[in-house]
Order: sequence, then C-alpha cells, then structure tokens
Amino acid sequence: MKAICFNFEIHQPFRLKRYRFFDIGRDHYYFDDFLNDDIVTRIAHNSYIPAAETLLRMIEQSEGKFRCSIAISGVAFEQFEHYVPEFTDVLKRLADTGAVEFVAQPFAYSLANLADPEEFAAQIADTCSILKSRFGVTPKVVRNTELIYDDDLAPQLVHLGFNGVLTEGAKHILGWKSPDYIYTAASAPKLKLLLRNSKLSDDIAFRFSDSSWPEFPLTADKYIDWIASTPSDEQIVNIFLNMETFGDLHPATTGIFQFLEALPRFAAERGVEFLTPSEAIAKIKPVGELSVMHPISSADEARDTSAWLGNRLQNEAFEKLYSVSERVRQCNNRQLKKDWEYLQTCDHFYYMSTKQRGGFSPYETPFQAFTNYMNVLADFLMRVEEEFPSQVDNEELNSLLLTISNQGAEIEALNKELASMRKNVEQYNIEHRLRTEEPKEAPKAEAKPKAKRGPKPKAEKAAKEEKPKKAPAKRAKKAE
Amino acid sequence: MFGWEFPPHILGGLGTASYGLTRGMWECGDMDITFVIPKPFGDEDRSFARIIGASQVPVAWRDVSRDYVESRIGKVMDPDLYFQLRDHIYADFNYMRTNDLGCIEFSGKYPSNLLEEINNYSIMAGVLARTLDFDIIHSHDWLTYPAGIHAKQVTGKPLVIHVHATEYDRSRGKPNPTVYGIERDGMTHADHIITVSNLTRQTVIDHYGVDPAKVTTVHNAVVPLSQDLLDIEMPRATKEKVVTFLGRITMQKGPEYFVEAAAKVLRNCSNVRFVMAGSGDMMDKMIQLAAERGIADRFHFPGFQKGRQVYEMLKASDVYMMPSVSEPFGISPLEAMQMGVPSIISKQSGCAEILDNVIKTDYWDIDAMADAIHAIISYPALYKQLREDGLAEVAQITWDKAGQKVINIYNKVLGRS
Repeated sequence: MKAICFNFEIHQPFRLKRYRFFDIGRDHYYFDDFLNDDIVTRIAHNSYIPAAETLLRMIEQSEGKFRCSIAISGVAFEQFEHYVPEFTDVLKRLADTGAVEFVAQPFAYSLANLADPEEFAAQIADTCSILKSRFGVTPKVVRNTELIYDDDLAPQLVHLGFNGVLTEGAKHILGWKSPDYIYTAASAPKLKLLLRNSKLSDDIAFRFSDSSWPEFPLTADKYIDWIASTPSDEQIVNIFLNMETFGDLHPATTGIFQFLEALPRFAAERGVEFLTPSEAIAKIKPVGELSVMHPISSADEARDTSAWLGNRLQNEAFEKLYSVSERVRQCNNRQLKKDWEYLQTCDHFYYMSTKQRGGFSPYETPFQAFTNYMNVLADFLMRVEEEFPSQVDNEELNSLLLTISNQGAEIEALNKELASMRKNVEQYNIEHRLRTEEPKEAPKAEAKPKAKRGPKPKAEKAAKEEKPKKAPAKRAKKAE
Repeated sequence: MFGWEFPPHILGGLGTASYGLTRGMWECGDMDITFVIPKPFGDEDRSFARIIGASQVPVAWRDVSRDYVESRIGKVMDPDLYFQLRDHIYADFNYMRTNDLGCIEFSGKYPSNLLEEINNYSIMAGVLARTLDFDIIHSHDWLTYPAGIHAKQVTGKPLVIHVHATEYDRSRGKPNPTVYGIERDGMTHADHIITVSNLTRQTVIDHYGVDPAKVTTVHNAVVPLSQDLLDIEMPRATKEKVVTFLGRITMQKGPEYFVEAAAKVLRNCSNVRFVMAGSGDMMDKMIQLAAERGIADRFHFPGFQKGRQVYEMLKASDVYMMPSVSEPFGISPLEAMQMGVPSIISKQSGCAEILDNVIKTDYWDIDAMADAIHAIISYPALYKQLREDGLAEVAQITWDKAGQKVINIYNKVLGRS
C-alpha cells in the first residue's frame, strides 16, 4: 500500500528593525515589532489558521485516516503567542487528535549545526520542551532548518534520542535512486531518513496556481493519481511543504484549501494511505544506506547551503555571530541569550544572498540586509563584551572553559598519579628501612617493631593523604 | 553622426559616451560611420569612424589650390573631401565670418556665444548633408539637434536624436526657455529618440510631451580601462579610510547631502576622511557648510581633477559617492567600479537602473548614506564583496551591446527589421 507522508513547516523570523550605525551602543532593542506583528498576523489569518482548520476537518471527516506532521520553530511559536494566540489553540486541537505528529527542529530555525553542535542540541531541546509543555508531545523525529542534513549531523541526532530525520531528496545525492523509500544514515545506521519528493512537493508549492504550467489546473484527483501511479514498490511519498503555501503563497481564491481537503477522499478511492513520519519509520523497511558528505538542503537549484552561506557577506556575518557562542553560553543575562537566539535565524542570512534577486526579503538589496545585520551584531557583540571583561581574550577564555570541561578527566588522572606516587613512596620507605636495618643488626629489640610497622599503613588505607604516610617514614628516621 | 565632443579633448561625459557608442557600433560590424565635431585636433582615434571637423567644412566658395588646402588642414581632413564639399555650397554665406578657406571657425567648447555656434554648426550641416551619402542621421545632445533637423530637411533621411541630458536635469526643474525650445524642436522632428536611462526617458515623455512609442532607452556603457591606469599605485594611510565625491560641485550633483552625511559619520567614527574633488558654483558654500558642521579638519577640497588624476583619486579612495539629485546616467560610478572602489549612488541617477553591486539610497536620505559609508569602511566583507562583484559586473557593461541596440533602432526606423 502506498502512503503519503505530509510535513508542514511553520516558521517566521523575528525581523530586525532598521538599525543605523549611530544606534550602536545606544539602542539595544533590535526587532521590528510592528512589521513582525503585521506579517505574522496576516499570514496566520490568511494561511496558518485556515490551513490548520482544514487539517482538523480532514482528520475528523476521514475519522483519523488522514495523518500528517507539523514542524514549528520556536521563534515562530513565540510570535504566535504574542500576536495570534488563537492559532496556538488550533495547534493544540490538532495535537489532541493524535493524528498529527509534531517534529522537532532548532528553536531559532538556525544554522547552528554548521557552526556549533552544542548550540544546535540546546535549540532542539528548547523546541522539544515547548512541544511537551504546550501540546504534551515528545518528538521522536526531527527536521533541521531548511532540511539541512549531512553525515556529521546523523550521530548527533541519534544521541539526542531521535530515530528519524526529514531531509531533502537531493538529486546529486540520490543519483539514480528514488526519494520514495526509507533510507538509513551511513554514519548512524539507527537513524532513518525520509526524503522530500521535490517534484511532487513543488507541484503544490510553486506551480499550483501557475496558469502557464501545462498541468494547470492541478486537482486533487489528478494529484493522487500521479502518486498512485508511481512504481509499485515505492511505498512512501514525502510531501514537505511550508504551511504558508496554503493561503499565502497561493491565496484562498486559487482553491488550494479545497484541493487539500479533497485529498483524503481521492486517496481512499485509489488505496493511498497517510502516515506520520514515526509510523512510516516503524512500518516501512529501509532499502539502503545513504551517505551525505556535504550538507544538503531544500534551497534553490543547488540544494546546498549556499543560499545562506554562499557569499562573503554571509560568511562574515555568520562567523562573527558564532565567534561568541562560548561566551553567550557562559553568561547569565537572559535578554542577551534571547537576542542571540533570534539573531541566529537563517532568514537573516538569506536576505544577504546575492544569488537570486526576487526572493522575499524586507530589504531592497543584500547589501542593506548585511549592513543592518552587522550594525545590530556590533551592538550585540559589545554587550557580550560587557558581560565578560575585555581583557580576557577569546583564547584565554577558551582555555579556561576547556579547563573546566576537562576538570573531571584531569582530577581522575591526577588521582591516579597520586596513587602511584603513594606506592612509590611506600616502596621507598620499605627499601630505606631495609637498608638502614641491614648494617645495624645489633639493636634488634628496637628494629623489629619498626619493620612490622612498615607495611601497616599500606594496609590501613590507600585513600589517606601523602603527609600522614610520609610521617611514619620520618619517624622511622628519627628513631634511628 | 553629429556630436560636440570627442576624446581626447573632452569637457564632460558627452564626449566619452559618443566615442564609446560609435566604437561599439563599429564593433558590431557593417557600419560606415561619419562623426562630425566642431573642431578636431588631429589626435582623435580615427580607426573606426571618419571624423569631419565643422571648422574645415566650407560654406563660402574660395578659389584655393590643392596644395594650399593640404598645408592648411591636411592634418585633419583629406583635401579631396574639401573640394567635394566646396562643390555643394548651397547659398552665399560670405556675409558670415569665414576664414581663408570659406570655413566658419568653431571653438568646440561651450563659449558664451554658444547659440551662435549652434546655428553655424547647422549651416555647415547643410553642406555636409548635400555632399555625403548616408542612410541615417544621429544627433548627440541638444547642441547638434538643429544640425540634425537641417540635414533631415535637406535629404529626407530619418533623424535619430540621442538625449544624454535634458535641460530639466541641468536646471533642477527651471529650464532655460531657449534651450528647452531647441530640445523640444529636436524631439518633434526626430523619427526616434534614444535616452540614456529610463529616468531621462520619463523626463522626455513628461516634460516634452513626446509619444512614448518614439522613445527608447539605451543605457551607457564603459570602455575597459588601460592597464596603465589600473596599475596606478597610491600611497595610503593604513588606518584612515577615504570617502570621495568626484564631479562638478553644482546643485545637480547634490554636494550638500555628501557634507551632511559626512558630518553624521564623523560623529561616530574618527578614522575617516572625506574628499570633495571638483569645482563648481556651490564650492564656496560647501566649504562653509563643512566648517559650520565642524568637520573641516577631515573634509578636503582638492579642486578640479582631470585625466589621470581622476584615477589616482579613485585609487586612493575606499568609497565613491554620487548623491546626485538628478543624473541622466552618471558614468563615474562605473569608472569607480572599474578601479575597484565600492560606490554609493542616489536612486535618482540613471546608472542605478543597471547596477546591482552598488549601494543605492535616496539623495536626500543622509541617514542611509551615512550608514552605508560606515558599513563599507567598517565591515571588510562588504567592501570586498562590492569590490569584486562590482569589477565583474562592470566588465559586462560594454559598448558593443549598447551599439547593437542603437543599430536595431536604426533598422526599425529604416523599416528594415
């Protein structure tokens, strides 16, 4: 039986306000609340809420046969709580149906895994704790920002307790293989990979309302037919979409909600079922290993990280940002830590891309985006500097931090050394005593008790410190 | 083609653009171009066009020997052409001030009797038009429109005029009625109008009442710089950055916005100097303004720069700035890019329409300008990105592409396409 595995991504960045260089050091608030409120509220009402309600209806009407998964970034969630709390209620209702699986992803929708694995783990944990506290779910499957994935990431994901990851079915990785199977990670065989079918996903995401597309108009009937007519041994089709595809990218007037809502009915007719990622992993056997040397993503034609880290501007900003990660982690200033998270959101780097002009950006040019971000970052770095006295340079701090993190191992090593030293000293004592006893055998009466005293402390307690042990030796000398 | 300036003897951007375009059209092949200028010096590059000096075109008959003509003007004109032209004098212009060869002397500059020179140029054009064989007439800027109209009336050949600037740009909206009249006359008689930017195209449509279908934009381009200029080495103070404004210090170029932006930057950064190179009627005012803002110690006026000095100045700069209030095209940011200097230009300049790797701001937005200056001098990545992508971008803006567009317009006008 063929199955469709849906994942809907929900993410909105905290957009920065226009921040001039003369604000550096004077103004420590970086975000454009009005713009964010405006955009988040608009998209929630045009897209997120109607789409989520459509999903609810689909689940109810199909009596739970329709199943899907949702990934939500922490930064988006915080904005919903501020601006459109009613949306979080709809999400809760979706969670309560049990037909929707929530997938973990980095809190700030960041590129942290490429620079700072520790930060990545922390952000995944943050998202999980939100999902737990708000929806009562514990994710077992994860998707990284923009489906970014490589072999280095897989063992870490297993370590964090995930058994599946969603990523891109990038052609340059797959070659002749099809994305419509389940694979395992080459670097962590326990981790299952679900690969996005980019053709069928983009048919909805990009082409749905394109009247110049030969397949226009796309109907649910036709779409399910395409899926049903894929080769019979291909068991799963992964359709990963941004939630705003419904209602925002393609306005409601294009009929996209009706398209979505009609899918379960035609799927039932053609014998196509719906699975959540966890169910897919449990149900379908992986067909092979997949090795991904360099990071892949779902972005543009290249399917790599060049949309965020493709030019000098982006790399400069990215390096500057993560140059202080250790310091931010060490500090206790909550506001600073929050800003640090918001500044990591990958959208900020996307706006600086010089690759394609025309993608959505609140800035007119990538240079403006870079200038604004760097001005903000300059102020942020100054605040980090204030937390840690500037005379402590990075290397020194690093070595201090290293010392702290290595403390345990070091103490153990020292203990071992101590123990062996102790042995040495005792050995020395014994030898010494023997040497002193040999030439003077005359006063036997005094020497004998001493010789017996020698091995005693050894048996007494190994844990005793050096001094008390040395003491008997000294005493022995004195006695002579 | 009728032009007013031609390198190496140029006074502004018109000569550079005329030269580049003519050369670019020649590179496209199958073109026979005659370029008429008021006064050639003999050192012009004649490899791609026949250059005729208006000062050597007889308008009154003189009985002179071939040897005499050869000795007088052989340096700039073939004597045979002189006699051919002499055979086509169409009226008795002896009442005019003519020389021993029956020619009118032109200064080739912008003298105070400019309108008289324009008129004389048109008289001369009548002789030329009757002598030469050509398919199309192309007039560069308003100075040569009357000549173009005259040639069209004599021969019935189509006229294309090339608008490099309008009186509206030069006067910031208060045009001289005579100049406006000449411009409008040219546009009315023209079969097609070429503008150097969409901005200028809009001005032509809005202020001269021209049918939009008759106006096409062909953006200017640049000639690649010689290695000699690219290799210029300038001593640089390592710790200080230099921001440069190069051009006429006149109302049109928006110099006051540059001073104000400089004052904003200097309030927060101390390691930067500003240079306003050029001369013009607002220079004294600007010196005063810089002093008023208390930045005179870091704001410099080195005066008018020419030729190689311009490139030396660019080489010594970290940022080039053109805050023009209204600029039909503005070739100088392209030159700065060729020298690897990141540029900040106003959105009100024509070249902003074709450039990506520059920072664009509104000319009045001094906050944005100051921010951009600060960003380029403080964030090395931005400097490098603009510099390198700018070099690559400007290398693609070549005259042969512009030339091809002009040829296409010719074909359309001639009904050949």
